Amino acid sequence: MAYKVLIVEDSATMRQLIGFALKRIQGVQITEAQDGMDGLKKISSDKFDLALIDINMPLLDGLKLVKLIRSDPRCKDIPIAMITTEGAREDRERALQLGANEYLTKPIQQVEVARVARTLLGIG
Amino acid sequence: MDKPDRPEDRQSIASRAEEFLQVFKRGAEFTQELLRENERLRYRLVQLEERLREAEKSPVTGGDDHLLLRIRDLENERHHLLNKFKEVEAENKDFANRYLEIEEENNNLANLYVASYQLHSTLDFREVMQIILEIVINLIGAEEFGILLLDEKTNELRAVATEGIHQEGIPAVRLGEGTIGRAAKDGTNHFAAKILHEGPIDPVDPMVCIPLKIKEHVIGVIAIYRLLQQKEKFTPLDLELFTLLAGHAATATFASKLYSESERKLSTIQGFIELLTK
Repeated sequence: MAYKVLIVEDSATMRQLIGFALKRIQGVQITEAQDGMDGLKKISSDKFDLALIDINMPLLDGLKLVKLIRSDPRCKDIPIAMITTEGAREDRERALQLGANEYLTKPIQQVEVARVARTLLGIG
Repeated sequence: MDKPDRPEDRQSIASRAEEFLQVFKRGAEFTQELLRENERLRYRLVQLEERLREAEKSPVTGGDDHLLLRIRDLENERHHLLNKFKEVEAENKDFANRYLEIEEENNNLANLYVASYQLHSTLDFREVMQIILEIVINLIGAEEFGILLLDEKTNELRAVATEGIHQEGIPAVRLGEGTIGRAAKDGTNHFAAKILHEGPIDPVDPMVCIPLKIKEHVIGVIAIYRLLQQKEKFTPLDLELFTLLAGHAATATFASKLYSESERKLSTIQGFIELLTK
């Protein structure tokens, strides 16, 4: 079975690193978006099984993107995990309140990213 | 009492006496028999008590030895299996620990690979600076830091890229002076004893200084002032990343600077040639 995962992250380093973590899961197909607007465009035009979204991004930040995704009937049910440098409790609560399903802080651990992705994809 | 006169009466009395005698005789015999039986049972009881006492003194004898041996064998087998189980359990724990170590190693290698790959993915100086910033933020977990390059003409280190702090906020530092200058001069990493998460920072006294070196030639320094809130301490991976940054970031920076200069010179020469050939 193929799982389509969207990575919305402005740092190429992080996109590559998250991609590495997701390659541990069989059948994952990765699409990358370089900023929030790019992410919105891609998520509106295709069907994804999971989105991993950074918070601090140019053009459209991750929290606004989550809000837009949750209000769009075409993609409102997609599982979302935030991956961010913002480690404060209030940031986490805000993201979860807006509709994120998981909240990971940087620096990331590959195993943790893969675990969260597996859970949100419903494969254990 | 009247005497029996008639011979019939005398005979009847004699026969009745005989009957009584027989009954008494049988009673005596029965009593004798009971006494014998009693004797026999008492003897049997004494025998049994004797055997019981002997049995109590040595509980297993004769054919029971086989059972005892079997029980001992089973006990030995049980001990053996318990030991084997403990060995397997220890082995499992060892495997689990090794799995975690391998996972950590994988994680570290992926980080180092990505950092190295990204650093050498471009010859554009600005992009190289951006990649160093990304590595220090995302892979190490620094919140406020700067990249200072050495100007060999003035022997001063100047901030060329920063994160979480204004570039102008970091003053130029002379080689050998202060924490930054000394780290650059000696080419050795500097780590403060305490990790800073709160409070004001001192731009000339960073928490961490990583000299960027090509072999022993220092071209600059990464100065870290503050870590992300969730970053509590440096890990072995961070030290590996610092080592990688010291070498790869230096060569990537140096190469991109040379490339930018050569590109600039090339376009100047091309301009001259175009002027001359027109």
